[in-house]
Amino acid sequence: MKFTKIGVSRACAMLALACLATLARADEIADIGKLLRGGQLDQAMQKVDSYLASKPRDAQGRFLKGLILTEQNKTADAITTFTKLTEDYPELPEPYNNLAVLYAGQGQYEKARQSLEMAIRTHPSYATAHENLGDVYAKLASQAYDKALQLESTNTTAQNKLAMAKELIGSGNTRARAQTAQAAPATQAAVKPLPGTPVAQAPGKPAAPAAAAPATPASAASPATATPAAPGTATKSGSDEAEALAAVHAWASAWSKQDVKNYLAAYAKDFKLPGGKSRAAWEADRTGRIEAPSKIMVKVESPAVTLDGGSATVKFRQYYKSNIVTASSSKTLLLSKAGGTWQIVDEKSGN
Amino acid sequence: MTGMRGLRHTLLWLAVALGALTASPGSAQGGKSSTEEVENALSGIFRSIEAARFNEALVKTEALIVARPNYRLAHLIKGDLLLAHARPVRTMGAAPNAPPERVKDLREEAIARLTAFRERPPKDQIPRYLLQLRPDQKHAVVVDTRKSRLYVYENVNGQPRFVADYYMSHGRSGIDKLREGDHKTPIGVYHITAALPKAKLADRYGDAAFPINYPNDWDRRLGRSGSGIWLHGTASDTFARGPRSSDGCVTLTNADLNILRPLIQVGLTPVIISDQIEWLSLDNWNAERESLKQAIEQWRGDWESLKIDSYLGHYARNFEGDGLNLRQWSERKRAVNAGKSWVKLSLANISMFRNPGKDDLVVVTFDQDYKSSNLSGTMKKRMYWTKEGGRWKIVDEGAA
Repeated sequence: MKFTKIGVSRACAMLALACLATLARADEIADIGKLLRGGQLDQAMQKVDSYLASKPRDAQGRFLKGLILTEQNKTADAITTFTKLTEDYPELPEPYNNLAVLYAGQGQYEKARQSLEMAIRTHPSYATAHENLGDVYAKLASQAYDKALQLESTNTTAQNKLAMAKELIGSGNTRARAQTAQAAPATQAAVKPLPGTPVAQAPGKPAAPAAAAPATPASAASPATATPAAPGTATKSGSDEAEALAAVHAWASAWSKQDVKNYLAAYAKDFKLPGGKSRAAWEADRTGRIEAPSKIMVKVESPAVTLDGGSATVKFRQYYKSNIVTASSSKTLLLSKAGGTWQIVDEKSGN
Repeated sequence: MTGMRGLRHTLLWLAVALGALTASPGSAQGGKSSTEEVENALSGIFRSIEAARFNEALVKTEALIVARPNYRLAHLIKGDLLLAHARPVRTMGAAPNAPPERVKDLREEAIARLTAFRERPPKDQIPRYLLQLRPDQKHAVVVDTRKSRLYVYENVNGQPRFVADYYMSHGRSGIDKLREGDHKTPIGVYHITAALPKAKLADRYGDAAFPINYPNDWDRRLGRSGSGIWLHGTASDTFARGPRSSDGCVTLTNADLNILRPLIQVGLTPVIISDQIEWLSLDNWNAERESLKQAIEQWRGDWESLKIDSYLGHYARNFEGDGLNLRQWSERKRAVNAGKSWVKLSLANISMFRNPGKDDLVVVTFDQDYKSSNLSGTMKKRMYWTKEGGRWKIVDEGAA
């Protein structure tokens, strides 16, 4: 789950649904979000201030104000805003996360760590906070190493910029509901009324991939059946489909077994590396993530395969459980066939 | 994300291999040393890591850093404990871009300290080198370079009694100093020749420095060169140094040096530097010192009774003294003795220190009061005694 990647509109939509707020209010918030994203900070600030004048305790509005202040480099005010939010809404993880980002920006890594731990305490599966916490720990470690080894602050780890949460997803209830909505098709009905909102297409929502579902030979309920036996069945495209799916299951299985070698081998040489990283840095990063927990289980749920010549797009629900984190998120893998094997060339995750 | 498994394995190898986890803290007399305080803390940290209580280990490490802000080893362990939250830690000192030499120093310090914390000096044994302290030598210092340990003994009616032991560092190129600039620490029997206060010292010498008399007579006889071997403290930006990090000096933490400082008598306190201390039971120690004492007494008696052949029989074939070899020495002694009708000789303030190493070599010093029919005089004498054909013999003699 990367909350950074969710559209504002979707967040607002979920919030609207969960909090049973009015659409008008959601519109106002969405407008402020638009202004903020468009860099019209002064207007965004005016609008959020007038919004908050009538709803001084509104979490969404205050959160946006904190973001605007951050963009305006008014760090102290932003810290105050987020701190007050954590006091009034201690169950919300995002203000803690953003406080941590601001503290880290000031070099106050110990405070950043405490804030992130609060975020995780309220939401143990909050992936952004986990990633940020990893970076903060690395930074703290690097400070300790500098003292231990008299290094001229090499700070290789410090280059990672911490991720600010751009949206307030909402309380634990909201999150739980959102997750169940995605995990269990039965509750989709509850989500359906949504099209009334401006958000027609919520990314990662299972409703969309469901359209492609009939193409999937193996039912979502038993993904294992699709795995090894698939090759040699039926048509050429059917076998490609099964092979691509088998490759995805093999990838998930290597991950579950914490088998770094086979996990990395699932990615093609020309795999699109995120964030302009080098392959070596990316591999080191992935190796770390795979080896760190003492136990990992990854399940591929409701996969949908779309073939396009020599490539296949596999969309599915990724259920991840480790001794540290449990997370369910949507995932899209783009695979390409080379030398008879399917390998991952691109990877996208969303909520 | 947490990456504690690797760290636990990494740090655990150290702790378990050393048995530090079952160690009982040794208690030294006369105030808690920084060595004891730090090693107690380190042992506790490793115990927590062993039990997979990483947060507790971090809390303990941070407490140690509060007590000793410049303690590099503690910062290194803290770094590992923190980094393990971000990625797997596979080696102690997992800093990216860590200079391997510096990490190695700290790793070796950890090993030396945890080993010494577990292996306390034997209670019923005495370092073989301390055969006889002069009555006015209140304390003796004995160094074990292999263990990175400096031991202090008190002179209790001629018998050495253990007082305290401290973590110490020696030359980065090891031991057996031979020449100027070899960055080695000499092995041998020395004593403190001066006390240099902090005000007169560069920062890297720490709170005080005590030069020793390297090269001594025996070193010179063997052609060893160099100078400026000191016992000193640590620079202000560092609590402790790596076990092998000096240019040949013996260094302590400033905290420990300041405990040792009042015990040092300039010109008197022996500093015996060994590669690895040999320990003797009280019985064996007594037997060894009595056999040498007897040999010295016979030498004195033979000189006094003018039995020139017996007297010369106490000198080894490879004897050297006053620039004379055994033949020249014998001729002179025979000539001098021929003109005397009587000799009175008394020895006082005898000290006997065995030279570390496989050779039987003992440095003996005393105040010699010599009276004779035609000449009298007192002098401070220094002799080297060795075993030749199973008998103690003098291999070198001169003024101390």
